[in-house]
Amino acid sequence: MAELLSVRRLEVSFVTEQGVARVLDRISLDIAPGEVVGLVGESGCGKTTLARAILGILPAAGQIHGGEIVLKGRDLLREDPGVINDHVRGRAITFIPQDPFSSFNPLFSVGTQIMDLMKWKSPRRARGNESTRTGSTLWPALLRGYPRARHRADLAAVLDVVRGVQIPEPAQALGRLPHEFSGGQRQRLMIAMALLPSPDLIIADEPTTALDVTIQAQILRLLRQLVKDRGVSVLFTTHDLGVAHEICDRIVVMYAGQEMEAAPTDAFFRRPAHPYTRRLLDSLPSPDAEIRDIPGEVPSLIDPPSGCRFHPRCDDATAECHTSLPPARAVGDEHDVRCHHPLDAPVETGA
Amino acid sequence: MSAAWLVLSRLGRDRSALLGLVLIAGLVSAAVFAPLLATHPDDVFELHPAQRLRPPSGDAWFGTDRMGSDIYSRLLYGARITILIGVIAVGASLIVGVPVGLVAGHYHGWFSDLLMRVSDVFLAVPQVVLAIAIAQTLGPSLPNVILALSVTYWPWFARVVYAETRTLQKEVFIESTAALGASPLRLTALHVLPNIASPIIVRASIGMGFTILTAAALGFLGLGPPPPTPEWGRTIAESREFLPGAWWYAAAPGFAIFLTVMGFNLLGDGLRDVLDPRLRRGRSARDG
Amino acid sequence: MSRTAARAPLLEVVDLVRHFPVRNAFGRRTGWLRAVDGVTLSVWPGETLGLVGESGCGKTTFGKTVMGIHAPTAGEIRFLGREIGRLPKGERRRIAKDLQYVYQDPGASLDPRWKIVHSLHEPLIIHTRLGRAEREAEVQAILRAVGLRDTHLHLYPHELSGGQQRRVGLARILTLRPRLVILDEPTSGLDVSVQASVLKLFRQLQSEFALTYLFISHDLAVVRTMCQRLAVMYLGKIVELGETRAVFAGPRHPYTQSLLAAVPRIGGPRVTQEFALEGEPPNPRDVPSGCRFRTRCPLAKDVCAAEEPPLRDVGGRHVACHFA
Repeated sequence: MAELLSVRRLEVSFVTEQGVARVLDRISLDIAPGEVVGLVGESGCGKTTLARAILGILPAAGQIHGGEIVLKGRDLLREDPGVINDHVRGRAITFIPQDPFSSFNPLFSVGTQIMDLMKWKSPRRARGNESTRTGSTLWPALLRGYPRARHRADLAAVLDVVRGVQIPEPAQALGRLPHEFSGGQRQRLMIAMALLPSPDLIIADEPTTALDVTIQAQILRLLRQLVKDRGVSVLFTTHDLGVAHEICDRIVVMYAGQEMEAAPTDAFFRRPAHPYTRRLLDSLPSPDAEIRDIPGEVPSLIDPPSGCRFHPRCDDATAECHTSLPPARAVGDEHDVRCHHPLDAPVETGA
Repeated sequence: MSAAWLVLSRLGRDRSALLGLVLIAGLVSAAVFAPLLATHPDDVFELHPAQRLRPPSGDAWFGTDRMGSDIYSRLLYGARITILIGVIAVGASLIVGVPVGLVAGHYHGWFSDLLMRVSDVFLAVPQVVLAIAIAQTLGPSLPNVILALSVTYWPWFARVVYAETRTLQKEVFIESTAALGASPLRLTALHVLPNIASPIIVRASIGMGFTILTAAALGFLGLGPPPPTPEWGRTIAESREFLPGAWWYAAAPGFAIFLTVMGFNLLGDGLRDVLDPRLRRGRSARDG
Repeated sequence: MSRTAARAPLLEVVDLVRHFPVRNAFGRRTGWLRAVDGVTLSVWPGETLGLVGESGCGKTTFGKTVMGIHAPTAGEIRFLGREIGRLPKGERRRIAKDLQYVYQDPGASLDPRWKIVHSLHEPLIIHTRLGRAEREAEVQAILRAVGLRDTHLHLYPHELSGGQQRRVGLARILTLRPRLVILDEPTSGLDVSVQASVLKLFRQLQSEFALTYLFISHDLAVVRTMCQRLAVMYLGKIVELGETRAVFAGPRHPYTQSLLAAVPRIGGPRVTQEFALEGEPPNPRDVPSGCRFRTRCPLAKDVCAAEEPPLRDVGGRHVACHFA
């Protein structure tokens, strides 16, 4: 199947006061068109770094050492930054951030901010005589106008999408300031902004973490419905396995900068093949009131364990696990595992 | 103990702060060892009219004044007065200002508002003007100068302490220690005060410079200790009628004041950089 | 958990109210934020009572008011049979020996300029007359109970990891051997495996120190594992109260039903597909008349706007709904 986005053996490190942290260790990941892929892991596993690397917005301390990020056949790491800025970021790939309370500029109305986005990233901009480059200097870009005809078409599209995310009275809503909306409503607006450029892929970074559970349920239902209707792919990072279960078609679990297992949602929860996945699912609070945790601690990324980074905490670890990074092994339909000793027997993990 | 060492070593890396420290050390040694360093220690009291207004020479390094006394020696003894004024005035301001700030910061309501309004009134009047008014009313003398300076400087401490206390009140550990049953006295003395020590120290250092300058101004205006006390400001005032001829007469004490105030300011700035942000950064938790 | 009528509750809260004034830019009061608006519940010795609700429901304010961090606007708080809501400050401080409060991040409750050892001695210095040697023995015992070592004693909080800071924060409270501990969102923001370790620690401490917990959380899965009984709050009032297992098996209040329906169930079908609750909770400054849930309730009728349903006992379960 032709993948929409393919990350292959990506290596990212961060320079910190204590040393060089190897945050991503030869990560590989595939996203098919129209697929919602969940990127699951605990804090420090590198999921946010991976999302940022794909968008090309790593902080200054982050460096990419190797690997490829291939979007529709082109390696983003070897593209001209100007092209990435114009055509990829905010167009082909859009972003929904985690914190709805600080994602809008508090001084301007939401309508102003959304239309500002449309001025540069509207899908209608590629057509017609308009140049698609922002220009090599700032001056022409600032002076560049917003053609009236396109403005009208874009505004109609914005109203349509804002209505689609279930914001009442879209026209009045656009005139309001961000603080007049609740957290849930702001996330809906962020979803609208992510959909408006007609992207191929939306990267959603823990978009429901800050929301109450009933609002979260509404947002997840809405998001899933909207992306399925439009055939947009989503890379959804979260540390909440329940949320991943709700919205994702496939789940990739990461640990300390390595991907451990990738499987369709159902197989992931019913037949996990990686020992870490199994321990993670076991440590979820269960109604039978028994609590199982994972002994040990997440390793430091400055001096990480060699080979498979989970081996110090794994019951089944052998010498091979210390020395070599396990290759991705298929254990089922679209179900890959990076482990020298994947678990065989399917275990029924139910709620 | 280790915290103090950490502060000093960090301070050492800041060159201007180091300069400030050197200048202050010079001032203090001049004051302490005045009897040993002075070439004419008796000139504080004795007059030698025959040698009046001589330019700097091998005998009188900074020249002589209108009474023939060696300016250099008088400056050294003047350093004692300068330090005395500074330490007592700033010390008294601290003793009054810090408790006021703590009380105003801890309580909410009309009392703390009242305290802060009172200190605002004092802050609104320029310190020099107020000091002049007080010194003028009470008469020129050393204790009166110190009193005038203390009365005008305490609000600065009150204000800093009030702001820091209010900020600290929002910290979880203050609320939790109160929930643990700690009395307001224990909270304030053992938890709030140590955590706001840094801004107080910085303000004290800068306050020294400011206070010394104001004291010199008062002395210049004749409101300070009367002659023959070798106060620096008064020396400059004496020199006015002999300028520009006897330039050394004004230049020497002028430089002394300049170097002293600059020293305290540099030290205060250096302390501010070292104490506040870095020590606070050390408080942040590692992930685990 | 069966209780005989002879045993008295450890904590008895009757109609507790805590309102905050809402002021405009000039400091003039323009209204009230009714954070806790009449809550009645009891906590029995040895149990873990869960208090759940979404943001703005008032559960944290409730915990802080019981603890004495906020003064009650109205209502009674009886702890060990004694009314504590209106005690003078000096006496209220002494209650802290038996009634304690754990913040979401217990590590933040440590003074950053104090060494751990001093922070651990402090509660004993405040509340007991034990001598230095006896205090040291107590501190050692507590350290062992939370799984820390002596070597940690002479460090500052920032020299420990987050998890160790959490344990010290808990140890500090346990030195007093409190009877009731209020846990405020203790696992919020934690990774799943860290959360499991923390919950395990709470269980272990509960049995070792004979603690009773009031467990405030928005995480229903955690509450289900830890609590025998559960109270659901909405906009300052309790809407349902009962045994956890029974509530999860058959919630009676429409809000509880929606709340449980929103929680993802791993290994089962997607719950959000069918999720029906619309809208957002109203502002606690502007509480609807009658039943506060009526603006979002699928069963709302005229009586719901007219009359506020009381919390009634319906076959062992307490529900505040006209139609339960």
